[in-house]
Amino acid sequence: DFNERCVQCSEVNWGLTDGGKFYCRSCHNVTERTREVVNTDFIPNARVQTISKSVKNQEETDRDCEWYVCEGFQFVLKKQAEALEALGVCPQMKDEVLYNFWRRYLQKSKQAYCNRPPGETVQALSVCDSSTDVDSEADRPSLHHYFSLSESEGDLETDCSFASTASKISESTSVCSGSVDGNLYLMKNQKEKLRMTMPMTLSFCYMALLWLREPVTLSDLLRFVVEGHIPYFNVFQHFPEKMKLCGLDLKIFCIESWPVYEEVHNKMLELAAFLDLPRFPDITDSCFLHPDVLCMKYLMEANLPDELHNWTCRVVKKICIGEADFLTLVPGNKSTRNVKYDVLAAALIVVVLKLLFLLDDHYEWLLSDFAEERNKKNKEGSPYFEFKKWYKVIKSSLDVEQKKLDEERAKYVWRCEKPLFYSANMKSKVLKRRQMVVNLQNQFGKLSGSVRPAEKPNPSSFQLSWSEENTDGTCFHGHSLKGILQEKHGLLAAMNPDYWLGTIKLCNEKVCGHPAHYREVDLPQSYHFVLRLFSFLLRLHPSYIHDEVCVIEHKLFNKKLCKKPKANIRVRK
Amino acid sequence: SSHEHKLSFRKSKEVCLSYIQDAMLQKQWERAAEFLTFYTESVEKDFSRDYMGPSEIIWRIGTEILCHHSQGSIKELNSFIELMKTSGIKRYLKVCLEHVFHLLCNGLIDEAYQNLCLAESWRHGEQTVIQDKEMKLIQAYRGLLDYCSWAKQKNILLEHGQDGLEDMSVEQEMHSCFRKAAVNLKEIMKIPGVWDVFVKCLVDLLEFYGDHAEARQVLNDYAYNSKFPANPNAHVYLYQFLKRHGESKKSLISALKVLHDTVPSHELMIDFSTMLQKSKKRKKRRLGLEVIFGVLDYAGWKENVKAWSCLARQMKQIVLSEKHVDWIKQEWNSRKDWWPAFHFSRYLAKRNWQENESLSYEKALVAGILLGKDCKYFKSVSHQGCKAQVKRFRILKKFVNKHRPVYLRIAG
Repeated sequence: DFNERCVQCSEVNWGLTDGGKFYCRSCHNVTERTREVVNTDFIPNARVQTISKSVKNQEETDRDCEWYVCEGFQFVLKKQAEALEALGVCPQMKDEVLYNFWRRYLQKSKQAYCNRPPGETVQALSVCDSSTDVDSEADRPSLHHYFSLSESEGDLETDCSFASTASKISESTSVCSGSVDGNLYLMKNQKEKLRMTMPMTLSFCYMALLWLREPVTLSDLLRFVVEGHIPYFNVFQHFPEKMKLCGLDLKIFCIESWPVYEEVHNKMLELAAFLDLPRFPDITDSCFLHPDVLCMKYLMEANLPDELHNWTCRVVKKICIGEADFLTLVPGNKSTRNVKYDVLAAALIVVVLKLLFLLDDHYEWLLSDFAEERNKKNKEGSPYFEFKKWYKVIKSSLDVEQKKLDEERAKYVWRCEKPLFYSANMKSKVLKRRQMVVNLQNQFGKLSGSVRPAEKPNPSSFQLSWSEENTDGTCFHGHSLKGILQEKHGLLAAMNPDYWLGTIKLCNEKVCGHPAHYREVDLPQSYHFVLRLFSFLLRLHPSYIHDEVCVIEHKLFNKKLCKKPKANIRVRK
Repeated sequence: SSHEHKLSFRKSKEVCLSYIQDAMLQKQWERAAEFLTFYTESVEKDFSRDYMGPSEIIWRIGTEILCHHSQGSIKELNSFIELMKTSGIKRYLKVCLEHVFHLLCNGLIDEAYQNLCLAESWRHGEQTVIQDKEMKLIQAYRGLLDYCSWAKQKNILLEHGQDGLEDMSVEQEMHSCFRKAAVNLKEIMKIPGVWDVFVKCLVDLLEFYGDHAEARQVLNDYAYNSKFPANPNAHVYLYQFLKRHGESKKSLISALKVLHDTVPSHELMIDFSTMLQKSKKRKKRRLGLEVIFGVLDYAGWKENVKAWSCLARQMKQIVLSEKHVDWIKQEWNSRKDWWPAFHFSRYLAKRNWQENESLSYEKALVAGILLGKDCKYFKSVSHQGCKAQVKRFRILKKFVNKHRPVYLRIAG
């Protein structure tokens, strides 16, 4: 049809606006050229026009004010990638990997996404190669169905802000959303098509990081998000001017809870399958995410002796979890339990501690006493590792950090600088409230005494750090495990002959959701403590780590368990 | 510490609130203020229908902090409360009223009055109707402040009267205050409630202007109207009024009946018992004994000479007349197991004698009749008394000895 080169970018990549004007898909330049022959197929549905027109406040149907929800997400991803790059991730992530994943997603989902009335084209997405094949028989959800989505009105005083209540939708104001397809987006039947959500942006990021085998675990990523180093919560306030948010857009882009590890991880798996991605690049033992490497990192952070690393490697080898086939993500493969690298590494360390120290609230203290005795008599060389000393040091640090974290949770700031209104008639109320909050904060801020200015902690991979240069002896990296090891058939073995299992039998995850069930009552305090430590480092509930510990244990003692099913969960090694 | 590493907006604010509460309980006002600054943003997302929403919580907590914080001046409090008035229409009058209380506590009577007038003139559609009760209270407190002005003018007049000076303007002012006060105070008295403060002022006003009938009506209503919550003070006020106006013993006694039922340990019970004791009716005298025994069941009266002498007098009368000893027996029945240790221990005998001779005398008389001359209290006190050669103790000893049969009757 129209084959001229675009004046702005010289591309020949034209689309049609609702109004029938040509626009450049590459740079969004709108021309005044209109289609000569108006194909009846392209007459926009009258109802659709009513919706989009009523959203715009100005008289001219300015093309620039229309934006689609996907554009919003695209912007978010861009910002997130930039932030990750600033944190040291390679530029490939943003320029190639993430971009390509997103493109693929759009392609895959657009095909299913076209529950759109004839005439609506997908603009602004020059990546979209597939033609906008319009299905004129497409089922258009009726407006009535949409209206019934709205929840009950909040009472006079309590404004519905954005998240859960919708204001009464009168005929005149009609559907409120800044984006063109905000309402469609929230339709329930979109679920099967893997509708994009804010948590999923993190799934995209993680997927890209995993593809590139960057040294960032999922728990690291989520922690950076919560600490504010990666845009997530109020990123929409930086949307370009033309993308005005209101109404339902807020429901989509405004987040009121911290991202949840499980959710992000599961979505990532779903996404990888949905995009038909091939086997990811192999995780080998030189990769950061490989247990041999990640364990070393966690051992350092947990202030445990370096010598324990030999043991984690031994366990990895014994149960074959160091194999690339085990560790590498193969999308769609449901038969293998998908690996959570951070949880795996943490659990390995816990298992090793159990192997060496038993952690039954008796043996580890006994061993510690022996080590203490020995250390008193012999001051030469590296001291023997004393569990008791380590426990005290870690506990006090952990208590301090946990307390800080708890206070930060109480002080977490959710609102963004720009006040948001669900709809235009809420504007004055919202602004009034915002002003009140500002006044209150000023008044009570002055009464807060000497408050340290809220600084964002510098992003760091390590939350706890210990230095051997400290003369107070609080660093255990160089300590020796000699006191608890013995030679057996030429190999170093633990003096501890026993081991107790976290669970007698592993549950079927698909049935009860967890392979094991973490109950605080029945397990030794030392074990709880160790779980608590890693729970803090990974920002995960201890039960996740406990699950992984149980799975590893069952692999490790598989032979013994198969032989005689014992009621007693203590095993002779 | 929480194992949970999830966090939602709602949970975050819940946790913040608990930090505020902890800080307040430990009187760490700066820390409370710090956390409150983080809590305030919940106002923007206030769409809950909870009993107490964020803005009300902020109002209450903020007020507490400003009252106790070292830098919380009344000026700060004022500007804070003005802000709060705009935050919740449904609480508007409540906030105004509490603001007035704060001003009064800080001695800012004029400001309090201005705020009351302002609040009184507030109109807001159906909210005015809904908040009718608060409005009545506001009017009542304005009436109260009008009463205070009236009292001030009255005192000025009295002073001037002494000096022989006359002041028409003051007098007129005084009457005008009276009118304003009376109207509002009467209004609040129509609503069931505990209005001790208001009723006293109203009665004072009515008495001054000679309207005794109305005053009496008001007090009667306040005491006896079943719609009003039970209030011992109402009966006290009524009694005091009747006494002031020289009412008959009969009506005085009737006024104290309900008080006896609700607060048997009230100090007026001693007067009540005394009045009853003097009555010609046997039933009343019987009640009198019951009342005074009841008073002395309470620890607060243990060392009260008046109470003991009231009892002693009645018992002496019974003993001398030899009639109605069974009354004493009946009263003693439920007390004989614990009164000896409660009132008549050896330790108390020593202490009472050392600290208050009259007390020990009255108590010894009672003990001697109830427990006999051989009880440790009587023995100890009478011994001491005779040793110190105090005449009445010798007489007491003789008296108790003489009336041993009475004791035997009571004990047997």
